[in-house]
Amino acid sequence: MAGAEGDDSLYPIAVLIDELRNEDVQLRLNSIKKLSTIALALGVERTRTELLPFLTDTIYDEDEVLLALAEQLGNFTMLVGGPEYVHCLLPPLESLATVEETVVRDKAVESLRKISQEHSPVDLEVHFEPLVKRLASGDWFTSRTSACGLFSVCYPRVSSTVKAEIRQHFRTLCSDDTPMVRRAAASKLGEFAKVLELEYVKSDIISLFTALASDEQDSVRLLAVEAGVSIATLLPQEDLETLVMPTLRQAAEDKSWRVRYMVADKFSELQKAVGPEITKNDLVPAFQNLLKDCEAEVRAAAANKVKEFCENLPEDGRETIIMTHILPCVKELVSDTNQHVKSALASVIMGLSTILGKDNTIEHLLPLFLAQLKDECPEVRLNIISNLDCVNEVIGIRQLSQSLLPAIVELAEDAKWRVRLAIIEYMPLLAGQLGVEFFDEKLNSLCMAWLVDHVYAIREAATCNLMKLVEKFGAEWAQNTIVPKVLGMANDPNYLHRMTTLFCINALSEACGQEITTKHMLPVVLKMSNDQVANVRFNVAKSLQKIGPVLDSNALQTEVKPVLEKLATDQDMDVKYFAQEAISVLALA
Amino acid sequence: MSSAAATPPSVDKVDGFSRKSVRKAKQKRSQSSSQFRSQGKPIELAPLPLLKDVPTPEQPELFLQKLQQCCTVFDFMDTLSDLKMKEYKRSTLNELVDYVTVSRGYLTEQAYPEVVKMVSYNIFRTLPPSESNEFDPEEDEPTLEASWPHLQLVYEFFIRFLESQEFQPSIAKKYIDQKFVLQLLELFDSEDPRERDYLKTVLHRIYGKFLGLRAFIRKQINNIFLRFVYETEHFNGVAELLEILGSIINGFALPLKAEHKQFLVKVLIPLHTVRSLSLFHAQLAYCIVQFLEKDPTLTEPVIRGLLKFWPKTCSQKEVMFLGELEEILDVIEPTQFVKIQEPLFKQISRCVSSPHFQVAERALYYWNNEYIMSLIEENSSVILPIMFASLYRISKEHWNPAIVALVYNVLKAFMEMNSTLFDELTATYKSDRQREKKKEKEREELWKKLEDLELKRGLRSDGIIPT
Repeated sequence: MAGAEGDDSLYPIAVLIDELRNEDVQLRLNSIKKLSTIALALGVERTRTELLPFLTDTIYDEDEVLLALAEQLGNFTMLVGGPEYVHCLLPPLESLATVEETVVRDKAVESLRKISQEHSPVDLEVHFEPLVKRLASGDWFTSRTSACGLFSVCYPRVSSTVKAEIRQHFRTLCSDDTPMVRRAAASKLGEFAKVLELEYVKSDIISLFTALASDEQDSVRLLAVEAGVSIATLLPQEDLETLVMPTLRQAAEDKSWRVRYMVADKFSELQKAVGPEITKNDLVPAFQNLLKDCEAEVRAAAANKVKEFCENLPEDGRETIIMTHILPCVKELVSDTNQHVKSALASVIMGLSTILGKDNTIEHLLPLFLAQLKDECPEVRLNIISNLDCVNEVIGIRQLSQSLLPAIVELAEDAKWRVRLAIIEYMPLLAGQLGVEFFDEKLNSLCMAWLVDHVYAIREAATCNLMKLVEKFGAEWAQNTIVPKVLGMANDPNYLHRMTTLFCINALSEACGQEITTKHMLPVVLKMSNDQVANVRFNVAKSLQKIGPVLDSNALQTEVKPVLEKLATDQDMDVKYFAQEAISVLALA
Repeated sequence: MSSAAATPPSVDKVDGFSRKSVRKAKQKRSQSSSQFRSQGKPIELAPLPLLKDVPTPEQPELFLQKLQQCCTVFDFMDTLSDLKMKEYKRSTLNELVDYVTVSRGYLTEQAYPEVVKMVSYNIFRTLPPSESNEFDPEEDEPTLEASWPHLQLVYEFFIRFLESQEFQPSIAKKYIDQKFVLQLLELFDSEDPRERDYLKTVLHRIYGKFLGLRAFIRKQINNIFLRFVYETEHFNGVAELLEILGSIINGFALPLKAEHKQFLVKVLIPLHTVRSLSLFHAQLAYCIVQFLEKDPTLTEPVIRGLLKFWPKTCSQKEVMFLGELEEILDVIEPTQFVKIQEPLFKQISRCVSSPHFQVAERALYYWNNEYIMSLIEENSSVILPIMFASLYRISKEHWNPAIVALVYNVLKAFMEMNSTLFDELTATYKSDRQREKKKEKEREELWKKLEDLELKRGLRSDGIIPT
């Protein structure tokens, strides 16, 4: 590295610093983003002695610049001379960790966490840990908030005296009088618990957890829920009941829906953390309550977890628990008043069939699927249809096809184009499951109807859908069922439909292969080069360019080339442009 | 151009592109309430005689009984349940409102905890989730509180109670404590504007009557604002809280305490960064100007703060900032003006040359303000060179003729103010631009050299450059 410092004098620091001070924020930002280049030009020595002090002093800048700076400094270890000197980066990052703007602070903390790993144990105690302490006892809440994220990275690598200090600081921050700091502490509680020795988890963490979980602000309490899950994974089974469960039970019945929502949202993690016994005794009733919660948000969050929860139940007794405790609640949710709840349920309910097996599915679940397939809210129906594959495996899709069809048809004609778009995207999947016969009979006409939809996005998706269908059912099928209809549209009075023919050909030519393309598609495309509408003509040029590679050279030379040459002399400048482009891409010049 | 033909005009009438407010207008006003956890059983309250029908000595006892009855909370989401009892509670609350307004001697010491308990039971609740996931206060209709028929009367009663001549803060402070205030403040997030309006009055009365709670209230409002700015960007009652603060700031003693200055710089100024600024900007600007009228030396940090948070992309916000800045300039002291004029006019010069004509126009209106004009005139030797290049350029280039006309007026004003300097700047305009271009080129070359160096070194010793 020493050899690389010979040409430093070329770049006086003043010039570089001028760049970092440029009046224009955008230029300043650009310079900061290339800070590593500047450091490289200066060499490690001057980066340490001149650049870093400058950066530490000019911390007052636009947040955007500070964010870039915070990020850069996390990657600066080699540029200041390696791990031996990494502590030089602490002063600027310390200032950045105290600024108001959350994104800047978070980035500074992230960089600090990163470089903490590059400190030797000694440096960690001499330089890093004091910084954490200063932040933890800062006047303004921002520095204390930042400190919360730094305890866990230095704790494992310091002496036991310092460890005790760190635990004390964390304790203090958990009872800070600003809720912002308590929230930060609560959100890092789980992470901190993981690096602590088990005895301290029991003696320190549990009391902090209990306190935060009964904070006066629900925004703090809800963060404690997540910590509770992490803590539960750390404790031996026999301690869970006394140390964690009372608090978690209380959280599941908290008066604030936000806290209950959090419990519902973290339910699967919680279930894994506490193990099968507690799940059976405690979590099942708690889950039932959440599914019946008075607030729709909570019910929706719980409904989302139904499948995962059932899946993770202990196998012995699983079916009984589901049938007697969970399924009755699920049945009620199918006719919930809130569409988000129903749609959350619809996105997972099909998954129950693999767990419950064929007979139960037919007897108990099928009626629910059918009810949801007829739901007034399109999103619910879509969610059912998009998960058909789960049922397919268990009972085969035929059981559903009678109800499926009306549901699909209705969605296919929904007034909202986004709904139509969503159902189109499931068509290839449905086609695969229902088989070619059923498809030809019932669904083919829908796929064709979408090609003339009045929304472009639908026509485009319909085109793409055709391509996927051909990939599934093969070229022969395409030739018999799709191609004639597509080509027929070339004579449509509406130029948009004529263009759809071209778009379809673009999409299909490759899947259909040379023969069909040359024999059937190419003549139509060539004929359309005489269309009155310029848009059609230049799309002919684009199509020829697209399908050119599929054709043989004879067809290219004798049929395509003359047409493109003619189009290249068209009156319309766009037609000319695309014709010329096609000629050069296909190397016909 | 024919390229647009690929997207035909949409004829879909129910598409998601109409403004939310238009789409929502047809729906009925939504109501919500988290107040009630269904108990299933019908509620029975034993009817009590009217207060005016019993002898005066028995009234305080009956008053307490009625307060206890009113602690019962009803489910208003179920419009059919308990109709009779709901009506009974409504009339009882009405009676209580009248009673505390006109009666004398009713307020025994035992009554205080009962009043606070009744109010707490009724108003304190976890606010329900917002109907729409992304509630946009500018676009969406607020969700109204379903239990308002009772809630309104409870608020009404509480305010009369606090304002009553017999009310003694020294007794009440045992019950209206920090915890009470904290819960009250959380209610300011209510989506129902009627409720926030009542809360404003309640909090104002409490701030006025309970000296011991003042610092606490200010601190908690601080926390709410900081959370709003840095964590959630969501809180419905910011405007109401600022309105209260406006009058609180008005009453601050001089010299201002450090706590108050910190509040200005670290809380009020960052509030400008929030997306929904337009909902509370008037109240915010009022608070800022109140501070500056109290202590003019705060002008510099305030203006520097505004410049730091100056909107980069949102033109509407930029117009609001310009409006606020004019309010500040209206009260600025000339000595303060001198301290801040350079960065300030660099920003104004950028606004004047904004391609968005409303921004440019708002900035150019400063030249219609006599006081600001007098300040500019006094300092024309500093301000004119900052403004000149932009003005000169827009006078030739701006797309909007109205802006060009305004700029001509401004240039004319400058010419009259300081014709020598003006002529000088006109003469050197071209060479100045050339110098700038040359500098720009030098910059580019420097960076090119630096990048070559990085490349070379990167090749020489892999690993030096972090990826």
